[in-house]
Amino acid sequence: MIEENVSLPRIHYLNSHYGWKSWLFTTDHKRIGLLYMVSITLMFFLGGFFALLIRLELLTPQADMFTADTYNKFFTLHGVILIFFFLVPSIPATLGNFLIPLMIGAKDVAFPRLNLLSWYIFVIGSLFTLWVVAVGGIDTGWTFYTPYSTTFANTHVIAATLGVFFTGFSSILTGLNFIVTIHKMRAPGLTWFRLPLFIWSLYATSIIQVLATPVLGITMVLIAAERFAKVGIFDPALGGDPVLFQHMFWFYSHPAVYIMILPSLGVVSELISAFTWKRVFGYKFVAVSSLMIAIFSFIVWGHHMYVSSMSIYAGMLFSILSYLVAVPSAVKVFNWTATLYKGSVSYDTPMLYALGFIGLFTIGGLTGLFLASMGLDRHLHDTYFVIAHFHLIMVGGAVMGYFGGLHYWWPKMFGRMYPEWWGRLSALIVFVGFNLSFFPQFIIGYLGMPRRYHVYAPEFQVLNVMSTAGSSILGVGYLLPLVYFIWSLRYGKVASNPWRAKGLEWETTSPPPPENFLEQPIVTEEAYNYPTRPAQPGKQTGKLTGGLNPPASPTATATGTGREAEVV
Amino acid sequence: MMPLTILTTCFNWTAAALRLPLFPEQASANAPNVDALYFFMLAVCGGVSIAIVLLIFYFAVKYRRRTPDQLAEEAHVPVALEWAWIIIPSLFFMSFFGWGAFLYFADAKAPKDALEIACTGRQWMWKFQHPDGQREINMLHIPVGKPVKLVMVSEDVIHSMFVPAFRIHMDVIPKRYTEVWFEATKPGTYHMFCSQYCGTEHANMIGSVVALEPHEYQTWLNGAATGSLALRGEALFNKLACNGCHTGDAEARGPYLPGLYGRNVQLTTGEVIVADENYIRESILKPGVKIAAGYDNIMPGYDGQLTEEQIIELVAYIKHLGKKYEQFEPVAPPTAPAPRPAGQNPDQTLPTGNVKPSMTPGTSPPATTAPAGAVPTPPPASEGTRPKPN
Repeated sequence: MIEENVSLPRIHYLNSHYGWKSWLFTTDHKRIGLLYMVSITLMFFLGGFFALLIRLELLTPQADMFTADTYNKFFTLHGVILIFFFLVPSIPATLGNFLIPLMIGAKDVAFPRLNLLSWYIFVIGSLFTLWVVAVGGIDTGWTFYTPYSTTFANTHVIAATLGVFFTGFSSILTGLNFIVTIHKMRAPGLTWFRLPLFIWSLYATSIIQVLATPVLGITMVLIAAERFAKVGIFDPALGGDPVLFQHMFWFYSHPAVYIMILPSLGVVSELISAFTWKRVFGYKFVAVSSLMIAIFSFIVWGHHMYVSSMSIYAGMLFSILSYLVAVPSAVKVFNWTATLYKGSVSYDTPMLYALGFIGLFTIGGLTGLFLASMGLDRHLHDTYFVIAHFHLIMVGGAVMGYFGGLHYWWPKMFGRMYPEWWGRLSALIVFVGFNLSFFPQFIIGYLGMPRRYHVYAPEFQVLNVMSTAGSSILGVGYLLPLVYFIWSLRYGKVASNPWRAKGLEWETTSPPPPENFLEQPIVTEEAYNYPTRPAQPGKQTGKLTGGLNPPASPTATATGTGREAEVV
Repeated sequence: MMPLTILTTCFNWTAAALRLPLFPEQASANAPNVDALYFFMLAVCGGVSIAIVLLIFYFAVKYRRRTPDQLAEEAHVPVALEWAWIIIPSLFFMSFFGWGAFLYFADAKAPKDALEIACTGRQWMWKFQHPDGQREINMLHIPVGKPVKLVMVSEDVIHSMFVPAFRIHMDVIPKRYTEVWFEATKPGTYHMFCSQYCGTEHANMIGSVVALEPHEYQTWLNGAATGSLALRGEALFNKLACNGCHTGDAEARGPYLPGLYGRNVQLTTGEVIVADENYIRESILKPGVKIAAGYDNIMPGYDGQLTEEQIIELVAYIKHLGKKYEQFEPVAPPTAPAPRPAGQNPDQTLPTGNVKPSMTPGTSPPATTAPAGAVPTPPPASEGTRPKPN
């Protein structure tokens, strides 16, 4: 889409203050969002680099690139970095921080200083982890299973667990901030069921962050304590119970999967609506399904432990609950599909990411059903089938959503557009590379290749080669946006609301002024209130009425949107 | 089960045509059942994914934005549809759950006549002890057509026993026995993996399961045996002077052990538990934790004084002492078949020396290997499955 005669606003949040202090001591949620973005991008490419090394090693059945120990450190760092330092903070800390106040018509989040603190805590946690990478790594797997992690591992477990512990606080503070912000800072007239679905999903995510992350913190502290003080909580040699650790760990780490995917679900709801110019079908169902997922996510942790000597009756309960949590996820997919019906579907980059997301999330979710079934999990547990499943959800889901959101709100953040053609290409490459990487892994998994093997039986090789080929394509797909986004900061075409999308965040200038809105916005309509044309059998096209074009300046009153900008 | 046979055949043909393995061997009685559920879910989930993807393509093409200003059409989708796609998937999910849980429960407990083999996992090897005392490392010889139960324990970290061809998987945990059982249906050599990350050489903690025809297994058994597990356990029992208190008399300071295994035991706390391997093990190592009602806490704990293999031998001896009240008598030496007390499993005391390999009475006749895809009748589910105390 091309906008005519748009110019950047004279003052916006990027140029209102200058100097490194104005960034490091800022309390502006938009700047903090960008700080987060820079830090997690570094972590993303570091973790991705480890992923490529892992796939390279798996080209052949023998260990011909790395020793066993090195390989173990690589997959551990790949997991720890990408889960705790990229996926968990990705959408909430960047897009969430940037957009929540804009979307609800607030000047900032509820606790701006706390927001900055959470970034500093995140950086401290990251530095711990980077230090671990620098001095020799950790080889316990990101799951830190005891008693290996507490007694037998000779790597930097304590430093890594402390890093994760610190980052947990950043996650808790972010969640706390969002909950209070969404409760108390909404613009007049913005009722709960007028909120954008992105806000709903972040609200659900924040609940999980606040309630689940402390358990991870405690667990990490207990591991560290067990390592240096021999407390005897997990190590059976000291009278502990190793399976207790698995319960405590998954009590956080299963909800954590939903911390990663829920924001993406929200982003995709926004994208589908914006690129069909249509209200999301079954808005209330989609909104409530986010909360349902958040609630159910707390009571399914045991499905990671069917074969861990847990009681089979407990296993049965966790199995049935795991199927229940799949229902709201399925509802979202069906509703997005129904939203496309009779929409006005454009093929801009964010939409391609969103459609790719739906495909991957569907396959990822459905393969989760296989693993939730006790009888099948007895075969599939800890095989590559599991790897493929959770990568489809976390990478195919969370990362596709994150990238889609970045492309969609990029002009909002910087007032400039990325090159559209390259964007579509990257969406396509990521989708193809992703499927080629992980589809063969389902087959390898059912064949019985266990996870975390650097040497494997020769009959698995052909599929592993496919997977490695896919991962290199995926790597290219991830590097492209890095290049053209940086390019667009200077040379991109100036844009304000190139999608002609609705929502409070588009009611202000792009990039927004430091205080977000020059006047207090007042909401008088439902979310996604796009004008429609009467149902037509033919191929006639309705003319666009006023209201989709953003106001030329924030002081002008938008006509026909029902939102009256009033001086308060 | 005709569709399953057809599907399996199709899969195998596809695999042969593509020169790709798509599907692991079905080598246990349970494998076809697991695969049946797998194919059912594959059909349902695959159908749904294809339907959704095609629908998205169809909508995205049909309703694409033809002019820059084209608005969405008014669409009236009934809300009933929303409830339909909440309820119908839920029903499918429950069918997946029910089938999967049924599969798991049907095989949760090993049949009573299963051949028990002890398995000890350690970084980074699998050690096996057969009832007659044969020991193996990273190899497990088993007879075809007979249920085999592995009683497993780890010496260091958590491992996991995984035999893809049998579709079985069970974690192996330090200081606690876990069980898994299977019945091989096809002679052959199958992969055995450790699938729980256990440190540096995790990927090399692999072995082979060798399924043999019963007579071949017999031949193999007649290799070097050094006295049955129970016999070695008895020697240890006497050496450690356990028989000083567990005399079997009514006035003894220690509880009466014959018939203990599998029985309900009342504790001093009033709780009633089942005396399984884990209880016996715990009572040897930490006797003060669960004291049988009517006895004092006077037994010394043997925690740290016994190797895992010695504990396995002791437990085997105590289990051997029968499941009914009967005369407390020593284990017959392995030179002659032991007289089988009433109501007791035929234990694996087999004649050693130059005996022709033959079917000993009490073992099941060799099962004919089922054709690929045929579903053997599932073993009868044993009654009284109880959750393992954790």
